[in-house]
Amino acid sequence: MSIKLILDKCNGCTLCVRACPFSAIAMVNKKAVIDQGICNLCGACLPACKFKAIVIDKVPAQVVKINLADYKGVWVFVEQKKGKIQSVSFELLGKARELAAKLDTYVGAVFLGNQIEIEAQELISCGADTVYLAEAPQLANFQDEPYTKVLVKLIDKYKPAIVLCGATFIGRSLISRVAVKINTGLTADCTALDIEPQKKILLQTRPAFGGNIMATIVTPNHRPQMATVRHKVMPQPLPDKQRKGKIIKEFFHNDELHSRTKLLDIIEEVEGLVNLAEADIIVSGGRGMSGQDNFKIIHELAEVLGGGVGSSRAAVDSGWMPYSHQVGQTGRTVSPKIYIACGISGQIQHLVGMQSSKIIIAINKDPDAPIFKIATYGIIGDLFEIVPALTKRFKEVLRR
Amino acid sequence: MNVIVCIKQVPETTEVKINPETNTLVRDGVKSIINLFDMYAIEEGVRLKDKFGGKVTVITMGPAQAEAALREAISMGADEGVLISDRAFAGSDTWATSYTLACAIKRLGSFDMIICGKQASDGDTAQVGPGISVHLDIPQVTYVKKIEEINDNMVRIERMTEEGYDVVESPIPFLITVVKEINEPRIASLKGMIKAKAAKIMHWTAQDIGAEAQNIGLSGSPTNVVKIFTPIPRVGGQILKGDNHEVVEKLVQELKLEIT
Repeated sequence: MSIKLILDKCNGCTLCVRACPFSAIAMVNKKAVIDQGICNLCGACLPACKFKAIVIDKVPAQVVKINLADYKGVWVFVEQKKGKIQSVSFELLGKARELAAKLDTYVGAVFLGNQIEIEAQELISCGADTVYLAEAPQLANFQDEPYTKVLVKLIDKYKPAIVLCGATFIGRSLISRVAVKINTGLTADCTALDIEPQKKILLQTRPAFGGNIMATIVTPNHRPQMATVRHKVMPQPLPDKQRKGKIIKEFFHNDELHSRTKLLDIIEEVEGLVNLAEADIIVSGGRGMSGQDNFKIIHELAEVLGGGVGSSRAAVDSGWMPYSHQVGQTGRTVSPKIYIACGISGQIQHLVGMQSSKIIIAINKDPDAPIFKIATYGIIGDLFEIVPALTKRFKEVLRR
Repeated sequence: MNVIVCIKQVPETTEVKINPETNTLVRDGVKSIINLFDMYAIEEGVRLKDKFGGKVTVITMGPAQAEAALREAISMGADEGVLISDRAFAGSDTWATSYTLACAIKRLGSFDMIICGKQASDGDTAQVGPGISVHLDIPQVTYVKKIEEINDNMVRIERMTEEGYDVVESPIPFLITVVKEINEPRIASLKGMIKAKAAKIMHWTAQDIGAEAQNIGLSGSPTNVVKIFTPIPRVGGQILKGDNHEVVEKLVQELKLEIT
């Protein structure tokens, strides 16, 4: 496998130099030269060259030839906890409807759990045409192996063209296994999904290098095309209670539901608090909070707004907040409707975890804090005065 | 306890600059480091060795300069390093990468556990760890924040969730991916650094690990990048001006419609 430049075809236009995200191409004597040491064969230069002067030789992949036309339908893996469907699954059903319309196909929802049939209509109301329902005591809670086996078997049986899954703790663990098992491609954390009109393939766009670059990725020769999407990236569809769909019950043998790992206990630490992934509003505190007790005012504002509490790495490392609340590169990535950053300077490691929030509010006494460069609304001032004042005013305005 | 730790060398910062004239990544002066989550993986491996004996083998797939990452891991207490490097690996997506690492692990022989960081800071996919466990057909536990107990054939682990954590038991051998909460990586000792400098790093090619050509690099990657572009950068909006009372009032008015 290698990348080659056909000298006769190269006219020195430099389009490939611009297209290469890795600075691997330079012009020497008005011809492109590819630095093989830097090039990682990403292929971005191929469509950029109008003269077909760059070719990548591929060892022919000896995958089992599949008939792409056999694969139909847009599926969503539905995540439930204690029988409650997670909001990201509804968001994905909304997107699946849009993609299915462009492909003139159906939307399938794969729903695994125990005694959950009563919730299936909700999936139909939000866009599913068919719900594949797998119920068993062994499927009550997520476990890697039985969930993988069930999903792999259903994909083999029904051959969907596309499978979408939430980029949650469960989703990322499960769907990575499924994709390797069925030998297909998987693109993580897509922020945009669309159908290429001619070839009818899924265009999966995701950020790379902390959002500095966007990459559009396809899975041309394998099926299904699989992608994960984070919470809140796609809008939640309005449910239509009159919508009709069918429920297909699927049954599995005990050995198919066997798990080598055993789930012994499920501990909930955030009882009463809003889970960060699902939160529409997050109030976050950083180094400027200057102490654990001061987080009280962050909790109070979050409570009035019905939001979750986040934190920067500095506050976690100082022991003021538990790690599970950390937003940023070594913590969690969130994209709520409103993110209120209090006493957070805005280091790049924090920004990559929250910069896709719809509205960002920064409260900081340092006018040069980098957070103001990306904040929708900035307040330069003392958070110990402003945050309680906000809590008080929101209490009045929202009558909470 | 024989532990294999899989690591990746990544650019030190995700703040990749783009040359506006050529629209290419500016790589000059960007230092390479061990992916942060992999530091926790190395530390956990070394702690287990200190407690139970055995050895820690660190492996990475990458170009020749990734050897530096392996030496750093050895300076922290790992025993040996394996660099899997071959031009044929270029263009690997997560499928091909996990296949390649799994081939190298098979060549290493028997082990009790594999530790990976939860994800790499440059790709952020969190797919390679689970991929390795499927290729090797061993159980996995992802997002591990604590190893509660290990005995001869069983391990009890805490796996982070959105709401808290799960307690999971797994037979040995198994694979885990770890989060930051699991430990605090040590600073290498002088003795460790001297050992690392002298350590012999094994270099393996695709042929050495018996990887099949159609499963590695671009050929083994079901996904292809078709377009790369720069997003419209997010720009700051307005700074609310006035005394505290005024700015609070302005903000409440702006947000009121969004909240109700």
